[in-house]
Amino acid sequence: MHVFELSFVAAVLLAATPVLFASLAGAISAQVGVFNIALEGQMLWGAFAAVAASYYTGNPWAGVLAAVVSTAVFALVLAVGAARWKADPIVIAIGSNLFALGITGFLMGVLFDVSGSFSPRGLVGLPKMQWLHDVPVLGAVFGGQTALVPLALVLIVVVGLWLLFTPHGLRLRGVGEHPEAAASLGINVPGYQFWVTIAAGALCGFAGAQLSLGNVTVFTENMTAGRGWIAVAAVMLVAGRPLWLPLACLGFGAAEALGFRLQGVGAPQQLTDAAPYLITILVLVLTRIRIPRRTKASLTA
Amino acid sequence: MTLPAAQLTGISKRFNAVVANDGVDLVLRRGTVHAVMGENGAGKSTLMSILFGLLSPDAGQILIAGRPQVFTSPLDAIAAGLGMVHQHFKLFDSLSVAANVVYGAEPRRAGLFDRRAAEARVRELGERYGLQIDPRARVSSLSVGERQRVEILKALHRDATILILDEPTAVLTPGEVTTLFAVIRRAADAGTTVVLVTHKINEVLTVSDEVTVLRDGRVTGHFLTGETSSAQLVHAMTGREVRPVSNPGLGSPGATVLQVRDAGVVDAGITRVRSVSFAVRAGEIVGIAGVSGNGQHELVEAILGTRPTQSGTVELLGADVTRWTVRDRRLRGVAVIPEDRRGEGSAIGMSITENLALGHHRTAPIGAERGIRRGWISVRAARAEARALIAGYDVRTAGEQQSVGSLSGGNAQKVVIARELSHNAPLLIAEQPTQGVDVGAIEAIHGRLLDYRAGGGAILLVSHEISELLALADRILVMLDGALVAEFSRADATTAGIGAAMAGLAAQNLPNGSRP
Repeated sequence: MHVFELSFVAAVLLAATPVLFASLAGAISAQVGVFNIALEGQMLWGAFAAVAASYYTGNPWAGVLAAVVSTAVFALVLAVGAARWKADPIVIAIGSNLFALGITGFLMGVLFDVSGSFSPRGLVGLPKMQWLHDVPVLGAVFGGQTALVPLALVLIVVVGLWLLFTPHGLRLRGVGEHPEAAASLGINVPGYQFWVTIAAGALCGFAGAQLSLGNVTVFTENMTAGRGWIAVAAVMLVAGRPLWLPLACLGFGAAEALGFRLQGVGAPQQLTDAAPYLITILVLVLTRIRIPRRTKASLTA
Repeated sequence: MTLPAAQLTGISKRFNAVVANDGVDLVLRRGTVHAVMGENGAGKSTLMSILFGLLSPDAGQILIAGRPQVFTSPLDAIAAGLGMVHQHFKLFDSLSVAANVVYGAEPRRAGLFDRRAAEARVRELGERYGLQIDPRARVSSLSVGERQRVEILKALHRDATILILDEPTAVLTPGEVTTLFAVIRRAADAGTTVVLVTHKINEVLTVSDEVTVLRDGRVTGHFLTGETSSAQLVHAMTGREVRPVSNPGLGSPGATVLQVRDAGVVDAGITRVRSVSFAVRAGEIVGIAGVSGNGQHELVEAILGTRPTQSGTVELLGADVTRWTVRDRRLRGVAVIPEDRRGEGSAIGMSITENLALGHHRTAPIGAERGIRRGWISVRAARAEARALIAGYDVRTAGEQQSVGSLSGGNAQKVVIARELSHNAPLLIAEQPTQGVDVGAIEAIHGRLLDYRAGGGAILLVSHEISELLALADRILVMLDGALVAEFSRADATTAGIGAAMAGLAAQNLPNGSRP
């Protein structure tokens, strides 16, 4: 069995990409102090919007655009609620997740008169980067992928460096760590939280589009299947160091890709399907994750 | 004559019924160190919050360098050249010293955060003012004294011309205090105006040029440091006249209730209580005098069991309770009126009924120790008891279900006192029982304490008010820098004598104090 060959690397990347986008969304939210667990629902909405727009226009890139914009709008609920009204982001996120599950199933029935899954004949998926085929190594890894796969990796690096090396990145990190201190130095804390939460929504739109137009070309009910939660776990795992996200997400991708391969040699499907989740739990337990505690500084008499 | 750096005129501020500042005038001359002194609750923090834009005054005017200013937030104050170092630091633990200092006003190069310029700025400011610190160190790895330096650097980076330090030495070791004072001196010599908020007399005398003393929200003294004395400052700080209860008489001491032997408390490397020994007997009020922050509160915590002792023993009614839990000590017979009545003494979001039941909810009539009602509380019994105590202690309230947080300070304190006194514990610890309450409530509370003594109770009374101790205590111990330095009987206690001992001027021998 040739498990560790370049095609395996490609399979790992493919499986990991939606989670990469979503975990970047979760990581920047965490940086401004919004514990974002709406990733699952937002990704699901993005996946639906991508398929619907691609079906209507015949252009998969219109699908990506629709997914990104509409998921950013979808994230308004969390952004307004958590940043402006100081509501509990956990409660809003749970609502968002349930709503996304319901509305996508409902719209599938209303718009396309199907239930369970939607893959009509005219649905166009994202193109693969075939033109890379002749390049050694890169061709084998990226040749069969959509352009969103390298985009995820580039975005993580760019955002990670932006956080570390720009004044706004510095301010953004301070907002999450000690909002009162940031406010006392003239930083618009709710403003940072609002726009970062919206940007996180846009990233979840990418995640959904890659899932429904890249990994496959179909929308099925609840097709995110916990990937948004795995992204949440990855965010907690790297604890404020976004540049480590690829490692965490590729670990998940590897578990999923390995599962497919092991199925090929006769391992029971129930076990291989569960592998990514089991590995996630195992890693979280082993690293003894903890949510960063925030201290409340207050003025005393 | 040059304009003063800042001039506050007629500043008044009230919170509901409590007057925190009442017509306060303060003139800060350029390039001087100005100490603002006062006990806890005297109004220092309110005044500084107003100066820094955290609170807006009800009346009064602020001139900065001769120009009238109305601050709606600290950002306005920062823009006008003020900087404030709070008691609780506002720092980003995971970021470097340099990033913390320049945060919000970062040097840039080609649009990027210029880390080198930030580090150079920290080094430059550090050299100019003697604030040695590694700009690359993470704040989480710094000591408390170093964190304070980062806070000072933050203000200096924003070109603060007036630097407010709120109780800056409370968290420092003696060595760090010396360093801080050198920095303060250097900053003043360089033209910065430094405001030092403190209640420690020796600090004022060591480092300041001028002193303004506050008591009960008013200015009670303004001195040039070179022309004043510690006795004068103590008088200005604590000289509030409490009308003495008419002829309280002396108690008739019985058996020893509380015995403390060689107790020592160390907190984060700082010795708070050093080798304290004393006893309180039944039917006796023992007072502890001292400027606040000299270890009285830590001593009380050690007796109550909320803070561990490093040495010595605490005995209650003959039993060594040094290792006992707070609950066991309370069951043995301790009641306490804490200094912080809103934070420790009561649960301000809960009702009077619930507050009065707390701690007594396991025993009859509210709870039950055995039988089918064990583990349940009787709401009806709790409310009946609350109504009785409200009437008995004259708590002014709309009803027993009103929340304690909505009561005035005096009435909230009466609730705490009712709860602690109504169960006849052999020992009562009363810490600042009349701080921040009105005159009428003071008389009522003093009457209660004397009744308690008459009923055979032992009372340990901690107070910053010398007149209160003179009115109530049978014996007065003076605490300074964690140690008991003097003891007075009622007969030979005078305001002047106690004040001198509080200021460390007359370290009398302890004829009785160290006796077991």
